[in-house]
Amino acid sequence: MSVTSSRNHSALLTDPQVRAWVFQVVAVLAVVALGWYLFHNTQSNLAQRGILSGFGFLEQSAGFGIPQHLIDYTESDSYSRVFLIGLLNTLLVSVIGIVLATLLGFVIGVARLSPNWLVNKLATVYIEIFRNIPPLLQIFFWYFAVLLPLPGPKQSLSIGDTFFLSNRGLNMPAPAMAEGFWPFLITLGLALLAVLLMARWAHRRFEASGQAFPALLTGLGMLVLLPAFAVLIFGSPFHWTVPELKGFNFRGGLVLIPELIALTLALTVYTAAFIAENVRSGIQAVSHGQTEAARSLGLKPGVTLRKVIIPQALRVIIPPLTSQYLNLVKNSSLAAGIGYPDMVSLFAGTVLNQTGQAIEVIAITMSVYLSISISISLLMNWYNKRIALVER
Amino acid sequence: MQTHTFKPDLPPPSTSVGALAWLRSNLFSNGFNTLLTLLAAYLVWLIVPPVLNWALLDANWSGSTRADCSGEGACWVFVRERFGQFMYGFFPEGLRWRVNLTVLLAVAGAAPLFIQRMPRKAVYAAGFLLLYPLLAFWLLHGGFFALEEVPTSRWGGLMLTLVIAAVGIAGALPLGILLALGRRSDLPAIRVLCVTFIEFWRGVPLITVLFMSSVMLPLFLPEGLSFDKLVRALIGVILFQSAYIAEVVRGGLQAIPKGQYEAAAAMGLGYWRMMGLVILPQALKLVIPGIVNTFIALFKDTSLVIIIGLFDLLNSIKQATADPAWIGMATEGYVFAALLFWMFCFGMSRYSMRLERRLDTGHKR
Repeated sequence: MSVTSSRNHSALLTDPQVRAWVFQVVAVLAVVALGWYLFHNTQSNLAQRGILSGFGFLEQSAGFGIPQHLIDYTESDSYSRVFLIGLLNTLLVSVIGIVLATLLGFVIGVARLSPNWLVNKLATVYIEIFRNIPPLLQIFFWYFAVLLPLPGPKQSLSIGDTFFLSNRGLNMPAPAMAEGFWPFLITLGLALLAVLLMARWAHRRFEASGQAFPALLTGLGMLVLLPAFAVLIFGSPFHWTVPELKGFNFRGGLVLIPELIALTLALTVYTAAFIAENVRSGIQAVSHGQTEAARSLGLKPGVTLRKVIIPQALRVIIPPLTSQYLNLVKNSSLAAGIGYPDMVSLFAGTVLNQTGQAIEVIAITMSVYLSISISISLLMNWYNKRIALVER
Repeated sequence: MQTHTFKPDLPPPSTSVGALAWLRSNLFSNGFNTLLTLLAAYLVWLIVPPVLNWALLDANWSGSTRADCSGEGACWVFVRERFGQFMYGFFPEGLRWRVNLTVLLAVAGAAPLFIQRMPRKAVYAAGFLLLYPLLAFWLLHGGFFALEEVPTSRWGGLMLTLVIAAVGIAGALPLGILLALGRRSDLPAIRVLCVTFIEFWRGVPLITVLFMSSVMLPLFLPEGLSFDKLVRALIGVILFQSAYIAEVVRGGLQAIPKGQYEAAAAMGLGYWRMMGLVILPQALKLVIPGIVNTFIALFKDTSLVIIIGLFDLLNSIKQATADPAWIGMATEGYVFAALLFWMFCFGMSRYSMRLERRLDTGHKR
């Protein structure tokens, strides 16, 4: 009797399934208990400090000015509007940074593989310098050491009296809608549609008959010529307002604030160094036999590059490129260091200080970055899947 | 009988040997390459001479005040005068030998680990890793055993940067390994918990984590219990970095062939012994370069603690450049900081490349 019970007992202890259940239940319970403990502490702390939790504060009036807003904003607008402005500013920096860093990174990555000794070494030096210096330090350098010591608006450096660089930022001409705007926009849309249809038709023709159609040239031609035709008939789509010095500052035109310039420059330069390394390794991953095979089939060097090397290199480049984009978006939060009004410095900084709603504000900020990260990964995963090697 | 005598070989044509040939093949092989070379040379000429002039030839090296910097070039007097602040922050001047001793002990203690054929290396490493943190805390913080206390609010400069980086990696490594094991676990609940944890920290920027640890951590803790600002920052850094380490280690775990797991199980090893004796030693060896790279990223990220008001190297320099007595020294300050960070990061990345070559014993499939 006692023997069987002890055997049952030990079997229960060593049974992998039972142990798995026990481990999992204990782990989940521990996490729930920790969560409850933190929640309980937070509740009592909040009650003691007299902070009301909830998202009601978003409707209150903000009452502070913002140097750069892409949508209309006055000081009496609500905190939710401030949130929107911060989000748009973060997206603005991220998009500009991603585009510029990709271009620069590809150029330097290709230069790194150049047979030209000098170009090759220059690219190497660039990569080794800039990826080993913290991005925040680079932002500080551009902002405090380069842009802020520039002369004021009255002595600003001007390029052709249309672009002015001063310690208030870069003033440049701004487009405003003119009579020809709508015809221009409509023809541009039509041209885009036509190019898409043409590309599909060209692809089908190529698949069916093997005859290539000069789709790229035709497409570009349509995209340029059709809107140009509209401009000729209906007049210019924009009239440009040029900045003019009035009193102590510039009037008219568009201004890029120094914070934006410093942030974009630093993020571009920093991320481009990493992208360049990804591009280099991606191109090196395509074996030389591929080039030789393409050449022996009689493909010209340009076609070899476009149809054989790049498609295969992209497969290797895309996954690390995605994580570089994610890093750039996350690094854009370093804006808080120089006071560019992005999500973190505006919302998690100023709004948190004014309202004291720490939990809500941080939760909103973090979920914004989480959703941006997840959307970029989904987008790039979709693209990656589209260009992935189709095997049997 | 006439014998045939060979004539001596002709020397190779002058276009295929020597400096001229090298120039031809590497710089001027065709029209496009020549154009590129000229453009690049112009770029070098635009950048290098002015930078050299500014940083070395026209620079001011001697003196003690702003007025001593009269030349066109950089004013390194500023960096020399503030060197102590950049290295130690507000650590009391009379006690700075303690910081130096801590660094010296770290170097001396870690040196045997780099000797390839040292006997009982593992025992030594474990002892060092256990004892050194206590010793370092005693030396830096003090407050017991005859050493005067130096509160963390007085720590700063490069020393604080190194402390955050070292504690960050030391805390993140074990946590990251556990998370990686959890993510590869067969138990669904544990896997879900670990994946959520990892993806959450990897999806948010470090700044928001630091914000969170500085404003939300005090709310999470029971009343009366409050942490030092540095400790709060360290908790944030460790949690954040452990997620990245976990992903690196997971890469190593996935690279170990299934046969190793099966062989270990066939030997009758349980989960922990299988991991500890068979899988992790191989997996960690594979990912050492990846861990070093994560450490480089962490080292660069330590500069973010400026946001929550800690005086690391970058913040010390920012403060010093804001001093009215040294107005307009921003370039010198940041260039100096960049040089320091660069030396550390570049050195580590070279080391990781060397390790990669040395550890490559051909196990990868």
